[in-house]
Amino acid sequence: MAMAALRREGRRFAPLISPRPITAVRSSPIAPTYEDEGPIGVRYISTQVVRNRMKSVKNIQKITKAMKMVAASKLRAVQTKTENSRGLWQPFTALLGDLPSVDVKKSVVVTISSDKGLCGGINSTAVKISKGIRKLNSGPEKETKYVVLGEKAKAQLIRDSKKDIELIITELQKNPLNYTQVSVLADEILKNVEFDALRIVFNKFQSVVSFLPTVSTVLSPEIVEREAESGGKLGDLDNYEIEGGETKGEILQNLVEFQFSCVMFNAVLENACSEQGARMSAMDSSSRNAGDMLDRLTLTYNRTRQASITTELIEIISGASALEG
Amino acid sequence: MLRQASRLLARRPILAARTRPFSTDLPAADATFAEAWNKVIPIMDPPKTPLSFMQPRPPTPSSIPSKLTVNFVLPYASELATKEVDMVIVPATTGQMGVLPGHVATIAELKPGVLSVHEGNEVTKYFVSSGFLFIHANSFADIIAVEAVPLDRLDANLVQKGLAEFTSKLSSATTDLEKAEAQIGVDVHSALNSALTG
Repeated sequence: MAMAALRREGRRFAPLISPRPITAVRSSPIAPTYEDEGPIGVRYISTQVVRNRMKSVKNIQKITKAMKMVAASKLRAVQTKTENSRGLWQPFTALLGDLPSVDVKKSVVVTISSDKGLCGGINSTAVKISKGIRKLNSGPEKETKYVVLGEKAKAQLIRDSKKDIELIITELQKNPLNYTQVSVLADEILKNVEFDALRIVFNKFQSVVSFLPTVSTVLSPEIVEREAESGGKLGDLDNYEIEGGETKGEILQNLVEFQFSCVMFNAVLENACSEQGARMSAMDSSSRNAGDMLDRLTLTYNRTRQASITTELIEIISGASALEG
Repeated sequence: MLRQASRLLARRPILAARTRPFSTDLPAADATFAEAWNKVIPIMDPPKTPLSFMQPRPPTPSSIPSKLTVNFVLPYASELATKEVDMVIVPATTGQMGVLPGHVATIAELKPGVLSVHEGNEVTKYFVSSGFLFIHANSFADIIAVEAVPLDRLDANLVQKGLAEFTSKLSSATTDLEKAEAQIGVDVHSALNSALTG
């Protein structure tokens, strides 16, 4: 009973005790304006917070615009190289076909990603596809290992598949991409990793706004022979004569290694292109967002400024009229 | 009729390059792969596979076509893309090999040497470092090389110097790896030499 009375009294006092929190709640969440108490109790509204916010948003806009320009110029450079390298893997697919659903015991997924961030969702899609391929190839006696190119995929894959990662390669784009570098890389992978099928996951550059996750399959020589014997897509591989004194096995070995380095070269270039394109669009939307935010902040700033001028005028005029009247 | 078909095929890649297809217009991925994917991971679309990005090759014709369609590709450029020629002479490991339309399907490894493309009366010669040659039954020839330069870009003095350098390296090589590298250098430079002189 007494508690209820006290509570009622407390409720009556509440508006008098804390005027500030209520006004703070009334003002917009974007621009918290502070009402400061002056020396004689004169209140003036400070626009400092809004101004600081506007300055930082404008800087962000400038930075993201600059990053977009840089990505656009890098994209131009890599795009010509990528389009020229597109003919490289086609003869191999014409000869050996494309068998992504081949049934093998040891498959190795080579995930290609970027080193730097702020490039949209392409690295996450590549990792998701790699994990999906692993799930697809799971079964008794089947195992999937990863070879990771790029920091971003490494960060994501190390969290749950640390023991399945065979090789991690980073800082691929320190020097401009060229075939020699990629063939050395392919050599390393072929030497150190046992595989029945290599599945290379990358983002293919279709246009500046469209990147298609793609998986290219390279089979080991033994699996190629097995598939050729069993017929199906590779059935007419036996019709091809082998020129030279080498056996079919030796030539298939060389062929598979060459195919891997060619497919890797194209994949790495396409991924680099997609990275720059994705970064361009991410930075573009970011600078547009910053511009919108700046517009809203400017409106708030003007409202606050006008409110403080009005408050000052009211106080002066009421003071003057009090003196007169 | 066959010539019309090959001309249409030659035209299609150019059109495809000019008007890029939407990602939804590209042919669907390998059907078995797509089905298996959708069963296990129904949330995501299956990734595309190289087949969706390639122009399909024509089937083996019943009669021997008159021209050979050549694709000569390098890592940084497509020198010849579905070009119709009369004959190509490639430096296979067994020696110079001539390829005419109707050649039996073959896989050949190339060694450093001169590749010549004969079209009517004109002959274009390139020096190729090494690579592979696939001849398909439908008179399509794919030559994939790591490096290829037209012969007039070669400098005779540098070739002589390189040859001398690698011959001396070969004689002074100790480990197998050094010997192999020096041997490769000698092979390439002597091939360059004979290309320039012969």
